[in-house]
Amino acid sequence: MPTELLKNPYVHGAVYGVVIVTVLMTITAWSIWFERKFAGRMQSRVGPTLVGPFGLLQPLADAVKLLQKEDIVPASADRALFNLAPPLTVLFALGTAAVIPFSPEVIAADLDVGVLWVLAMGGLTVFPVWIAGWASNNKYALLGGMRSVAQGISYEIPLVLAALVPVTLAGSMSISDIVRYQEKNGWVVGMPPGPGILAFLIFFLASLAEANRIPFDIPEAESELIAGVTTEYTGMKFGLFYLAEYLHTLIVAAVGAALFFGGWAGPFGLGSGLHWMVGKTLLLFFGVFWVRWTFLRFRADQLMSLCWKYLVPAGLVLVMLSAFWVHYKAGTRG
Amino acid sequence: MTELYLPMFIMFAIAAGICAVMFLGGQYLGPKNPTPEKRLPFECGNDTSGTRGVRLSVKFYLTAILFVVFDIEAVFIYPWAALFKGLGWPGFMTMLAFIVALLVALAYCWKKGALEWES
Repeated sequence: MPTELLKNPYVHGAVYGVVIVTVLMTITAWSIWFERKFAGRMQSRVGPTLVGPFGLLQPLADAVKLLQKEDIVPASADRALFNLAPPLTVLFALGTAAVIPFSPEVIAADLDVGVLWVLAMGGLTVFPVWIAGWASNNKYALLGGMRSVAQGISYEIPLVLAALVPVTLAGSMSISDIVRYQEKNGWVVGMPPGPGILAFLIFFLASLAEANRIPFDIPEAESELIAGVTTEYTGMKFGLFYLAEYLHTLIVAAVGAALFFGGWAGPFGLGSGLHWMVGKTLLLFFGVFWVRWTFLRFRADQLMSLCWKYLVPAGLVLVMLSAFWVHYKAGTRG
Repeated sequence: MTELYLPMFIMFAIAAGICAVMFLGGQYLGPKNPTPEKRLPFECGNDTSGTRGVRLSVKFYLTAILFVVFDIEAVFIYPWAALFKGLGWPGFMTMLAFIVALLVALAYCWKKGALEWES
């Protein structure tokens, strides 16, 4: 019996693990194609066209090409750490995906502390970046790593505070509980008029910063730092960093869709299901691309003051506002 | 408990497998011809100047200290947020006092110039 077999935790974990990882990797690979196409259109170019129809086989060609490139380790680099960093970035990015509920059934592990797990894994991503920056033994990589750590840990705080708003409203740290709460009471973005949408905006900005996406890509500012921490990496090791960046962005979009946009719950009572969650995730993912090709890079000081002077105080106030709203509503009801 | 966290380990194992395949694939399929020039630190083609031991601004360390203070406080709010419905208005007032204290601390850091990146 396939359904009975799925109840076995080993089988359940293995099956959903393989399915979720495979689907995420596939979406990530073709999102790179999509982003190149999209960026091309925005800049009056056509983007990749040669490999396959509409250049659709471009990700495969890229992978083959990266695999064939020489793997260079600088003579002065710390070899073990240098090799450890790229796989670690992908590992931490994929580790987050285990707690994301794509539908009531499609979830690898429904943890009670799902939100905390996501934030902890997001916080861990600064380690491989710093390891790479330090082990490369290149001053540009080191500076890029230092900037990346400073940015990552600073934006961690608004991220944690913004994710507190859905937790406060739903009264649970499990992501599926938060989605179920939204199914009954409406999406968090529209919830207490005001705080919900603001919390989402803070979450979105902080996630962009954590994933080092434009306009927050100061750690790899090409014009100043060559390529930041990835300067010394060639071939598939660079490919792993690249993959991890897109994976991280995709997973953050999925978390945002689940925490703020009702996850698998459809709008206007249109039922619920996996397709809603996937659709919302891809829409948010597209939003990230759109932002990337529309805005310019911030300066390091602008980035830091945006975080500490605006997002952190706003996050603290939003948490209290949503808590007040919950109490107020409970009070008026009973 | 083990059953709840088991999928995590399976997930990590799958991810590690994928990473290993990509990593080792790159190691074995690529050409191997390391020359001394290739193995120099890359600085846009110029000769490498100076050492890696560049001086880093003290602001990075200041940011790290601020992070430790504020992130621990933020994570401290989480258990409260999951339970506060049962705590009623007294619980709300307690957390309000805590958050106000945090905001005062942030204002102090701001006034002291700890948040100024350029100066």
